[in-house]
Amino acid sequence: MNVEVTPLPGIGTRQDFMIRAGRRVGVVTHRDGKFELIVSHQDDPDGCAASIALTPSEASTLAGLLGSPQLVAHLEEQHREVAGISTKQFPIVPGSRFDGSPLAETELRTRTGASIVAVVRAGSVHPSPRPDFVFAGGDLVVVVGTSDGLTAAAELLGGG
Amino acid sequence: MHNTAIALIQLGAVFFGLGLLGKMAWRIGISPIPLYLIGGLAFGQGGLVPLHGIEEFSHISSEIGVILLLLLLGLEYSAAELMTGLKRSWTAGVVDIVLNATPGVIAALVLGWGPVGALAMGGVTYISSSGIIAKVLGDLGRLGNRETPVVLSVLVFEDLAMAVYLPILTAVLAGVSFVGGLTAVGVSLAAITVVLVIALKFGRYVSALVDSPDPEVFLLKVLGSALLVAGVASQLQVSAAVGAFLLGIAISGSTAENATRMLEPLRDLFAAMFFVVFGLNTDPASIPPVLGWAVALAVVTTLTKVATGWWAARRQGIGRMGRARAGAALVARGEFSIVIASLTVASGAVDGELAALATAYVLLMAVLGPVAARVVEPLAQKFTRMRGTAPAPA
Repeated sequence: MNVEVTPLPGIGTRQDFMIRAGRRVGVVTHRDGKFELIVSHQDDPDGCAASIALTPSEASTLAGLLGSPQLVAHLEEQHREVAGISTKQFPIVPGSRFDGSPLAETELRTRTGASIVAVVRAGSVHPSPRPDFVFAGGDLVVVVGTSDGLTAAAELLGGG
Repeated sequence: MHNTAIALIQLGAVFFGLGLLGKMAWRIGISPIPLYLIGGLAFGQGGLVPLHGIEEFSHISSEIGVILLLLLLGLEYSAAELMTGLKRSWTAGVVDIVLNATPGVIAALVLGWGPVGALAMGGVTYISSSGIIAKVLGDLGRLGNRETPVVLSVLVFEDLAMAVYLPILTAVLAGVSFVGGLTAVGVSLAAITVVLVIALKFGRYVSALVDSPDPEVFLLKVLGSALLVAGVASQLQVSAAVGAFLLGIAISGSTAENATRMLEPLRDLFAAMFFVVFGLNTDPASIPPVLGWAVALAVVTTLTKVATGWWAARRQGIGRMGRARAGAALVARGEFSIVIASLTVASGAVDGELAALATAYVLLMAVLGPVAARVVEPLAQKFTRMRGTAPAPA
């Protein structure tokens, strides 16, 4: 991807790129550490349809949200060599059975043979969560296992 | 009442009043500068309520205001940024000077203010207000726009032009004889060259000298060095403001960022005082006679700035809408036009009418600038639509 970096004297830098839909998407980084997410107009690529101020923590959350599918894809890639094993992600629905309960309570490995390798929360990844890791609504649980194991895990995690 | 008590009450009333004016200004989407000027006009000679007992303080604080305005302007850029900006945008910069200084020069010559007045008025109509423009671009969410770097690099060029122009202006204003003026210009140009070289090669030493991890020590060192340099510069006939500007350029990196963050509120406070004092010293009765000229200059220089921005943006391959936005963004004049006018008037070399014309002109342009930047898009869209629906010539 061809990211264009443009200095904005006295303000900071603009980094953006053209997406296939013909719009520019990017970030203006202010010198004082503030961010702005920018999206250009459909019919006027010079101008911005939206320019959204983000605090550093909001920016990293957004980056995580956009980046976490890639992490899952990466994990999947790692386990592809082992025949019969794949990776899937399941959401913890807010208010569901495991919302607020520790990982150990799912007894996932015992009951399905699949294991939890990571939890993605608010865009940031918690790799290899320990049994005392407490789930919260909206978490994405990344599970590795056989296809039967994953089906069982889906039932267990989603069906609660 | 005790003298100190009266002074405190007056000062408090002035600051509080300015606060209210500033809040009102940003709420209706214009810059507070014209309101500060009007505030000053209202209280000064011939105004509603004359102030007594705070003249000395207001005079000194307005001087500090100018010093901080230019120090922070210098802090905005590193010398390297100025140099690359200069290389990239000098053609647009030259077009900018020619188009926008000329109306002021012509007006001054026609009004009979001579070459010195022409030099000053040229500066007043030339220099855009980087303060207003940066704020408006941020407010309108245009920092990510493609034409914005064009606008900013024109501003960088203008600021660099100011670094050369202000010492020349002060030298000319101070120079009684032609030879004396020429010597002063030579001295100030040499001083700028030395500072730019120091800033480019040894900027980090200057930064290290004022830097400190302790905020209190840092603030005292930055402010102290700025006032010292400004004082020495003014003793050497290179205006105090220019000295502060050059110091600002020499300070770079994280030191400059910290200094900017720390000094910004101080600048806003003292600069507000500067505008008020400028307004105080201008007799409101002197404005109506020059109002016609101010309006004419406002109309002409709005068009010439739009043309400058349009031209500069087109050279960078920006579309029509972006060119219009770039042009309209550059329209605002403000703090530096007033700085130029106040230097000129303080020297006594030019008619006091210049202050009146500059005030009226800045009043118009500081309001017109943000408004132009706002309305340009809907206007341009309407215009394109009208052209789009017009029947094609057979």
